Amino acid sequence: MNDVLSYAFGGIVGLLLTASGVLAGLMRARPGRNFRELKLRIQTWWWLAGLLFLALGINRTVAVVVLGLLSFMAFKEFISLIPTRPIDNGALLLAYLAIPVQYLWVGRGWYGMFIIFIPVYVFLLLPLRMVIAGETKGFLRAAGTIHWGLMTTVFSLSHLAYLLVLPAHTGAHGPVRGEMLVFFLLVLTQLNDVAQFLWGKWLGRHKAAPTVSPNKTVEGLLGGVATTTLLAWLLAPWFTPLSPLHAVLAGVLISTFGFTGDVVISAIKRDIGVKDSGSLLPGHGGILDRLDSLTYTAPLFFHFLYYFYY
Amino acid sequence: MSKLLNTASRWAETPLRLLFVTCVAYPVVWLWLGIHVRHRERLPTRGPAIIAANHNSHLDILALLSLFPLLRIPGVQPAAAADYFCQNRWLKWFSLHVIGIIPVVRGSLHLCPDGPDPLADCYRALEAGKVLVIFPEGTRGAPEEMAELKAGIWHLARRFPQVPVIPVYLHGLGKAMPRGTLIPVPFYVKVAVGQPLHGCADKLDFLHHLREQLTWLQHKVHTPALADD
Repeated sequence: MNDVLSYAFGGIVGLLLTASGVLAGLMRARPGRNFRELKLRIQTWWWLAGLLFLALGINRTVAVVVLGLLSFMAFKEFISLIPTRPIDNGALLLAYLAIPVQYLWVGRGWYGMFIIFIPVYVFLLLPLRMVIAGETKGFLRAAGTIHWGLMTTVFSLSHLAYLLVLPAHTGAHGPVRGEMLVFFLLVLTQLNDVAQFLWGKWLGRHKAAPTVSPNKTVEGLLGGVATTTLLAWLLAPWFTPLSPLHAVLAGVLISTFGFTGDVVISAIKRDIGVKDSGSLLPGHGGILDRLDSLTYTAPLFFHFLYYFYY
Repeated sequence: MSKLLNTASRWAETPLRLLFVTCVAYPVVWLWLGIHVRHRERLPTRGPAIIAANHNSHLDILALLSLFPLLRIPGVQPAAAADYFCQNRWLKWFSLHVIGIIPVVRGSLHLCPDGPDPLADCYRALEAGKVLVIFPEGTRGAPEEMAELKAGIWHLARRFPQVPVIPVYLHGLGKAMPRGTLIPVPFYVKVAVGQPLHGCADKLDFLHHLREQLTWLQHKVHTPALADD
C-alpha cells in the first residue's frame, strides 16, 4: 500500500474514532435515549472499513474477488427480495454464473467484453433459457426483474472493480493507482449519504421525494452536494488525475446520483413492501441498503473519468 | 461378524457426519445461501429435545444441522421417511451414516396397528438425550406452503411430556431447491425459532397449538410490512 492510501486509511480510522467518541458522549449525556441502532451502525462501519482495508491492501486479485463476492451477495439479496417463479431457477443459476464471468473480464482488463457482456450477451440469452423452461405466464415481469437485478448489482458494481485495472496515470501529487480511485469513489459516495442525512436532520424542511423516501429532504440533498463537492475538490489531486474543474463536476455527479441511486432502491423496496433489503449489516439493513448509491455512482463516475482521462 | 461390522460403522459414523456438516452443510447454508436466524438462543444446546420444523426442501435438514455448533452435531438426529431415504442401498447408507437420520416408516400405524411402533427408534434417541429433528408435515409438499401436521409428533410429545418441542419455521429453502431439483439456487434463508411447547393428552389441541406457533413464526420471517418512517 502506498503513502497516500495509508494516510487515507488513517483518516478513516480517525473519522470512525470520532463517530464512536461522539456516540459515547451522547450515551452519557442522554442515558434515557435508545442509541442501539446508531451503535450497531457505527460498529458495522468499523467492519466495513476493515474489509475495505483488506481488499485494497493485499493485492489487486484479492480486491477484484472481494468486489465480485459483494456483487454475488447484492444480487442474492435482490433475488431473495423480489417475487420469483420457481420455473426460473435454471435461468437464475445462469444469471449467477454471469457474476464470476463478468469479474473475470475485469481481472483480465478486457474492456470491450466487460462493457457488453451483461447488456448484450446475458440480457439476450437469459430469456432464451426462460423460453426453454416454457412458462409464459409472468414472463415479462420475470425477465425484467432479473435483468434489472443484474444491471444494478453486477454490471454497475463491476465498474468499481474496473477502476482497479485502469492503467496508471499521473495526478497532481504523483502516480494514481486504481486502488486510489476506488477509495475516492467509495469514500465520497458513503460520506455523501452521511452528509445528506446529517444536513437533513439539521435543516431539513422540504421533502425531496415524499412518496418514495419521506426522510429525504431538499436541504439534505443540497447540503450533501455542497459537502461532497468540496471534499471531491480537496481530495482529487491526491487520489485522481482530475483537474480542479473536473473534480468539482465529479463531486456534483457523485452527490446527485448518489441520491438518485438511494431513492431508486427505496422505490423498489417500497414497491415490494419492505423497509430494509436484508439483515446482513446490523444497523444498516441489507447489503443493498449500503450499496444503493454506488449502483449509480460507480458507472457514472467511471465513465466520466474514462472519457476525459483514459 | 455382523456385530463387529456394526460397531465399526458406528465408529466411522461420527467423523463422517462431522465431515459432511463441515464440508457440505455449513458452506452451502452459510456461504452459498446465507441465513438469518431469529431467536437463535431458543435452540436447545442439550437434549433431549424435539425440533419441529416445516418442510419444503431437502435443504431443510442441512439448514437445521447448520444451526448447531460442530461439537453438538453427534447429538442431533433428524427423523426421516424410511420409504424415501432407504429406497436403495446407497441412499440408505448415505442417509443413515452421513446425514444420521432415524428412519421412520410413514403411515405404518394405520396400515398395521399391531406391528412394531414406527417411532421406536425416535423414543430411543430421546431416551439417549438426543435432539430429535422432525418435520411434522411428513412431506415436502408444495413450495413455501404448509401442509397438515401428522400425529407422530403428538405421540412423541405425549410419551415424553418433560421434553420440550421447539417449533422452527424455515423460509426460502423451498425457493432455493424445491422438490424435483438438485442444484440449490442462492436465496437468503430466514429462520425463526419459537417458544418451547410440551406434550398434552389431547391430540387435536396439541397439533392445533403447534400449527398456530408455526404460522406465527411464518408471519415473523415474512417480509415485514413497511413501517411509516
